[in-house]
Amino acid sequence: MKLEYHIKGGDFNSVGSASSEVKKILKQLNIDPHSIKRIVVSLYEAEVNIAAHAYYGTIKVAIKPEKVKVRLEDHGPGIPDIDLAMQEGYSTASQAVREMGFGAGMGLPNIKRNTDTFQLESEVGKGTTLSFENYLNKDNS
Amino acid sequence: MNAEFYHAVHIDEQVCIGCSHCMSVCPTEAIRVREGKARILEERCIDCGECYRKCPVSAIKVEENELEMIFDYKHRVALLPAIFSGQFPDEIKPVQIHNALLQLGFTHVHEVEKGTGIVSELQNKQIQDQTEPKPYISTFCPAIIRLIQVNFPLLVENLLHVKPPVDMAALYIRKKLETMGLKKEDTGLFYITPCAAKIAAIESPVGENQSNINGVINMNSLFHQMQATVKHAGNQGETLEQVEGKEILWPLTGGERANIKGSSLAIDGIKNVIAFLEKIENEEISGVDFLEMRACDQSCAGGILVPENKFLAAERLNRRAASTASTEGLSDEIKAHEEYLVENSRLQQLKPRSALKLDNDTTRAMEKMKRMRKIMCFLPGFDCGGCGSPTCQALSEDIVQGNADISYCVFMQKVMQKNHKLSTEHALSIIEKIWGKQRLDKNCNKIGADNEN
Repeated sequence: MKLEYHIKGGDFNSVGSASSEVKKILKQLNIDPHSIKRIVVSLYEAEVNIAAHAYYGTIKVAIKPEKVKVRLEDHGPGIPDIDLAMQEGYSTASQAVREMGFGAGMGLPNIKRNTDTFQLESEVGKGTTLSFENYLNKDNS
Repeated sequence: MNAEFYHAVHIDEQVCIGCSHCMSVCPTEAIRVREGKARILEERCIDCGECYRKCPVSAIKVEENELEMIFDYKHRVALLPAIFSGQFPDEIKPVQIHNALLQLGFTHVHEVEKGTGIVSELQNKQIQDQTEPKPYISTFCPAIIRLIQVNFPLLVENLLHVKPPVDMAALYIRKKLETMGLKKEDTGLFYITPCAAKIAAIESPVGENQSNINGVINMNSLFHQMQATVKHAGNQGETLEQVEGKEILWPLTGGERANIKGSSLAIDGIKNVIAFLEKIENEEISGVDFLEMRACDQSCAGGILVPENKFLAAERLNRRAASTASTEGLSDEIKAHEEYLVENSRLQQLKPRSALKLDNDTTRAMEKMKRMRKIMCFLPGFDCGGCGSPTCQALSEDIVQGNADISYCVFMQKVMQKNHKLSTEHALSIIEKIWGKQRLDKNCNKIGADNEN
C-alpha cells in the first residue's frame, strides 16, 4: 500500500500531519504498537527536518505485510557534512526554528535509533534524500 | 453476554426515535442507525455517556440496581463519592445527609475519598520508580481507561497500576468492618455512582478479577428519593465531614494532580482528552510526568448521573474543602490498615482492545484499507450521517466489513439515479432500511412540529 505526502518548507502549522495520518493507518492495519511507535517517531522527526531546513519535500510510504519503507526527498540546501549532522546535539536550524522549540539536533540520530535500515544522501545546493525501513513483528494479538 | 463488552449504557428501542443525535456526539463513533433505531457497537463503546446527555427523548438508559436490593444484606454500606454532598444546598448539613441515608436503610456511610492519600503516595512511587513510559496516566476515570484501550492502544502501558479511590475505599471499609467482627457475607457495599463508566468498572472490572462492591445505585435516583427525607433528617449523630480538604478535591479537575510530585496536567472533557492523547501518541509532548484525565467537563461534578449543575456542585465542594482542615499524612484509622491496602493496591496489567483495527490479520487489513480508500474516492466527505454512520470514513469502513453498502449514502443515490443505476423506489427503500419504515411520512408529533408531543 502506497501513501504520499507533500511538505512545505517553513510550514510549522501542519508539521506532524503526515506522521499523524500514517499512525492512524498503521493502527487500523493492526501493526504491533512497538513498531508503530518507532515508525511514527522517525517519520515525525524526518517531517520536521523538511519543514525546518528544506524548501519543499515529498514523503513516500510503502506499507507491506513484513515492513514499512519510507522515502523522503526534498529540494533544499542539502547537508554539507553528513557525519556532523548525525552527531547528537549538532544542529543547523535557524534562529526562527529554534525559537519554535525545534532544532535540538536529535532528529537524525533519533531516526537512526528507531529504524532498521537507514540511508541518507545529499547534494549541497540541490536537496536531501532519506530512506529508512522498519521490519514488522509477525506476532501481534 | 460477552463479559469483555459489558456496558452500563443501553438504548431503549421503544423510546428511540432514530434522530441520530447520539451518533453525532459519540467520541468513539460507536453508534449506527439501522431500521430507524440507534444501535451501540459494543466493541467501541467506552460508557462515557455522551449519548445519554444528548438524547432528546431520554431513550438512553443507564443500568440501575433498585435501592431495595441493599436489604439482601445485614450490613449495608453506602459508598459515597464526595460529589454527592455537593448536590445539596448549604442549608442541608452533612449530618442530615448522613442521617437521611441511614433512614433509607443503609447501616454505614463512607465517603470514598477518605484515604486517597495512599493512592497519591502509590502514584508518586510509581512515577519515581520509572518502570513505564512517561507521561503516566491516572486510572481514576474508567471511561478514560476504556478510551485508551479502544482507541489509543499504544498508550495502555502509560496507565499507572494503581487502583482508583473507589476500589481502595471498598477494600478499606471491608477490612475495617471485618476487624470489627462483621461477617463478610453479611456485608453489602453499594456505590452511589455519578456516571455509567463507574458502573461498568464495577460490574466488569479491568485490571482485577472481581469487584469488592456488591451493587451500584444511580446518584440521580438516590438524590430524588432522598429529597423528602433529608429535609427532616435529624441533626444528631455522625456526620459526613470526615474527609479532609485535599481529599474532597480529588473528584474535581486538578484535585488529583495537586498531590503529584513532578510535572503534571489536568485535562477534562472527552474531546480535550482525545486531542491530548493524540499528541502523546505522536510523542509531541515532553516534560510531563503525570496526566490527570477525566471524560466529563468539570470531572465528576459533571458526571452524567449527577443531578445538580456541575459548576454549583464543584463550587460547594471547593467551599467544603476550604473549610475542612487538612492534616499532614493519613488518619490513624487508615494508617491501621495501610499495609493491607498497599499490598492490594496494584491493578493487573491492562490490555489494549483496539477497535480501530480493520482485521487481526495485517494482510487482510491492508486489503480492506485499499478498498476503503477507493470507496472514499466516491463518497463526498460531508460526514452528514445520512447513511446511518457518523462519517464518510466510518461508512467506508462499514462497507468493507460487510455492514453497509455504498448506496446507503444519500448523495451517491442521487448520482446513481442520474446514471440510471438506481430507481427512485429502490433509493427510498434503502432510506427506509436505515431510518425506519414510513419515517419520511408527514408526522406532526415530531419535536418542533405543529402538534409536538
